[in-house]
Amino acid sequence: MSNDLTPKERMAIDRQHMPEQDAGARRRTFTEVNLGFTEQLALLEARRCLLCKSPKCISGCPVLVDIPRFINFLAAGNLPAAAESLLSDNALPAVTGRVCPQETQCEEVCVRGVKGAPVAVGYLERYVADWARAHGVGAEQPSAPPSGKRAAVIGSGPAGLTAAGELVKYGHDVTVYEAFHTPGGVLVYGIPEFRLPKQIVEDEVERLKARGVKIECNVIIGKTYTLRELRERFDAVFIAVGAGLPVFMNVPGENLKGVYSANEYLTRTNLMAAYAFPEVDTPILTGKRVAVVGGGNVAMDAVRTAKRLGADEATIVYRRGKKELPARIEEIHHAEEEGIRFEFLVAPVEVVGNAEGWVTGLTCLRMALGEPDDSGRRRPVPVPGSEFVIACDIVIVAIGTRANPLLTGSTPELKLNKWGNIEADERGATSIPGVYAGGDIVRGAATVILAMGDGKTAARAIDAYLRGS
Amino acid sequence: MHTILANTQLAPNVVRLDVVAPRIAEIRRAGQFVIVRKGRGAERIPLTIADADPARGGITLVIQAVGKSTRELAALRPGEAIQDIAGPLGQPTELLERGHAVCVGGGVGTAVVHPIAQSLRARGVRVTSIIGGRAKEWVIFEAELRALGAVIVCTDDGSYGRPGFVTQALADVLADGAVDAVYAVGPVPMMRAVAELTRPSGVPTIVSLNPVMVDGTGMCGGCRVTVGGETKFACVDGPEFDGHQVDFAELADRLGTYRLFEREALERHEGPCKIGLEQ
Repeated sequence: MSNDLTPKERMAIDRQHMPEQDAGARRRTFTEVNLGFTEQLALLEARRCLLCKSPKCISGCPVLVDIPRFINFLAAGNLPAAAESLLSDNALPAVTGRVCPQETQCEEVCVRGVKGAPVAVGYLERYVADWARAHGVGAEQPSAPPSGKRAAVIGSGPAGLTAAGELVKYGHDVTVYEAFHTPGGVLVYGIPEFRLPKQIVEDEVERLKARGVKIECNVIIGKTYTLRELRERFDAVFIAVGAGLPVFMNVPGENLKGVYSANEYLTRTNLMAAYAFPEVDTPILTGKRVAVVGGGNVAMDAVRTAKRLGADEATIVYRRGKKELPARIEEIHHAEEEGIRFEFLVAPVEVVGNAEGWVTGLTCLRMALGEPDDSGRRRPVPVPGSEFVIACDIVIVAIGTRANPLLTGSTPELKLNKWGNIEADERGATSIPGVYAGGDIVRGAATVILAMGDGKTAARAIDAYLRGS
Repeated sequence: MHTILANTQLAPNVVRLDVVAPRIAEIRRAGQFVIVRKGRGAERIPLTIADADPARGGITLVIQAVGKSTRELAALRPGEAIQDIAGPLGQPTELLERGHAVCVGGGVGTAVVHPIAQSLRARGVRVTSIIGGRAKEWVIFEAELRALGAVIVCTDDGSYGRPGFVTQALADVLADGAVDAVYAVGPVPMMRAVAELTRPSGVPTIVSLNPVMVDGTGMCGGCRVTVGGETKFACVDGPEFDGHQVDFAELADRLGTYRLFEREALERHEGPCKIGLEQ
C-alpha cells in the first residue's frame, strides 16, 4: 500500500475502529480497555487524512501538534519520522493519545467530519507514541547548552512534567517537587489504569529524569518549604499544583461511612492500588450498589472503577440530561457498554444510612431543564414532589474540585481570583516576578492537554525571563 | 529514605522511633504531623511528631502497634529505613500566651501532648500534665513531661499514680481553679469526656483528632470531621480543634470504616488475631 492516493481514494476509506477488550470481560479487570491500532489499521486510518492546504486540526490542538505532518509520515510508513515529528510538538503523546477529548479539539474541526467521521487523530497519536516508546525513540532529544539557571516546578502532573521537559530542553537546571510519594499527579492518582496504564506515566517520568530533570517526592510546597524559600533558591518557579480540593454536595448524611469523594476513591484505587488489598495495605470499601454523583470524566472513571471493584449495579446520578454530560464521548460509550446505569435529571438531596452509620441510599429529586445558565447549558430545576431513593451502599461525589489553598494560602503576595485560583497572564506570569503558574491551579478543573499547553507556554516565558529578554 | 536512628520500647505494643528527617526536624511545630509510608505497597499513615532534634536531623514518632502497618513500622530496627515521610502537615497548635495550661494525655496520646507542653513551657506558660494508661507499664513520656511542670499520673487499675481516669484528676485540677486552657489528646472517649468536663466552665479545650487519611494535604477528604456543625478536613484545617465543637460520635463512627479490613490484614500478617483491634 502506498501513500500516493488521490483525495477521492482517501475519501473512500472509512474511519477505522479502535480494537477493544470485550465489554463483558473487561468489567472486572483494570487492564486497558483500548488495545491500540495494529499497523495495518494505523496506516489505513492515516491515509484518510486529506493533507489540507490550510489544516484546521493544528489550531484545534491546545499544544499545536503539527497533526498532518506526523500523520503523513505515518501514512508513508515512516514511523521514525512520524515519532520525531510528534515528540517535538508534544511531550506526552502516549498520554494525550489516550485521554484527550479529541472530539472537541482536533477531530471536531477535521474536514473529514463534515461528511462522515473525522480522522481518528487521537488513535493515530497513540499508535505513533506507543511505537516510539517500544523503539526507544525520543529518549535522546537534544538540549540547549547549560544556561546556569535553576528552575523549580511545583507539581508533577501534566502541566509540571511538560514544563520540566521544555525547561530542560532549553538548558536549565530543573527540579520538580511532588507532594505524593510518586510523580505523575492526576495521571497516577486520578486516571484509572484501564484508561491510562501507569507504566506509561512511569516511562515518561524516567525519560525526563534521563534528560536531567530532578524529581523530589514527599515535598509539599506551602508546608515543607514556602514558595518564598523556593524563589530564593531558584531563578524561576512554575506552579502547577492542580485543583486538588474535592467539592462535596453539602447535603445531610454526607459523612456517613461509605461516602467518598471521587478523589479519595480514585486515589485509593489508582495510586495506592487498593483493588489488590490485602496484597497491598490500603483498603477500599466495595459495594454491591454504587451511586456516583456527577457527569464528567472523573465521574465516569469512578463509576467504571466501582464496576471493576465488584459492584453489581453502578449508577451515574446526573442532574442534567445525556446531551449535557461533560465527559468524553468515548468514556460514556465505554461506560454504557460495561453496563453502567444512568439516572439523568436527578439531583441528590440527602445521603441516608442505617443505625450503624453505613450508607443505605441516596435520596434524590427529579429535575426538569429550564432556561440556559451562565455556562450556556439549560439549568436543571427540581420537580416538586418527585423525591425518591436510589438504594446503594457506596456514594461517590464527583461534582468537581477546587484550588487547594495549601500553597496559595501560605503566600499572601500571590494574587488569586475569587475562586482561589492563581491569576496568571497568557504566558503564565503571576503577580510575583519570576513565578509562573499553569494548569488547573490557574484554570480550575480542566483537561490534561490544556494543562500541558500551559506548561509549554510558561516554559517558553520562563526561558525568556531567565535569559533576560 | 529515612533511616531509623533508634527504636525504643515505651510500653506494650508502643515504640518510640527516632527517624532521620532533617527538614521536618528543623521546621515542625507542636501539633503537626507527618504522613509515613514504609515502602512499596504500604499504606500512608498520619503520625503526630512527638519531638524533634534539629541538630541530629531526627524526628520522634510514637507508634502504637495495633494493625499490620503499625506493627511493621514498630518492628523497624536502627539502620533500617522508612521510604517516605512527608510533612510537616496540619496547623500548629494554637498556644496559650500566658497563664496555666493543663495537658491531658491518654495512652499513646501522651506522646502527642508532649510537644504541646514543650512549646507552652518555652513561652512561659505553667504546665500541669495529667497522663493516663491502663496500668503502670502503659504510662509513657512521664519523665519528659516532669521536666516541664507538675505531672499527675493515673492508671485504670491503680497500679501506679492515682487510680482511675484522667478526667477525675482533671476535675480536681479544675476545681482548684485558674486553668486557662486544656489540651487533650488520647482515645476518642477520653477526649469527649474531657470536653464534656470543661464545657460548663467554658475553659478553652483543644483536642487533636486522628481520623482516617490518605494524602494529608486536603486532597481526599477522607479525614472530614464535623466541628461546630461544619465539615472540616482534619489534615489541613486541624488536626486540632475546639473540643466543645467536635462531633465525637461521628468521629468514632468514621474511625470504624475499615475495621474489617484492618482485622483481615493483621490476621494475614500474623495469623488469627489474638489481641482484638482497638482504634
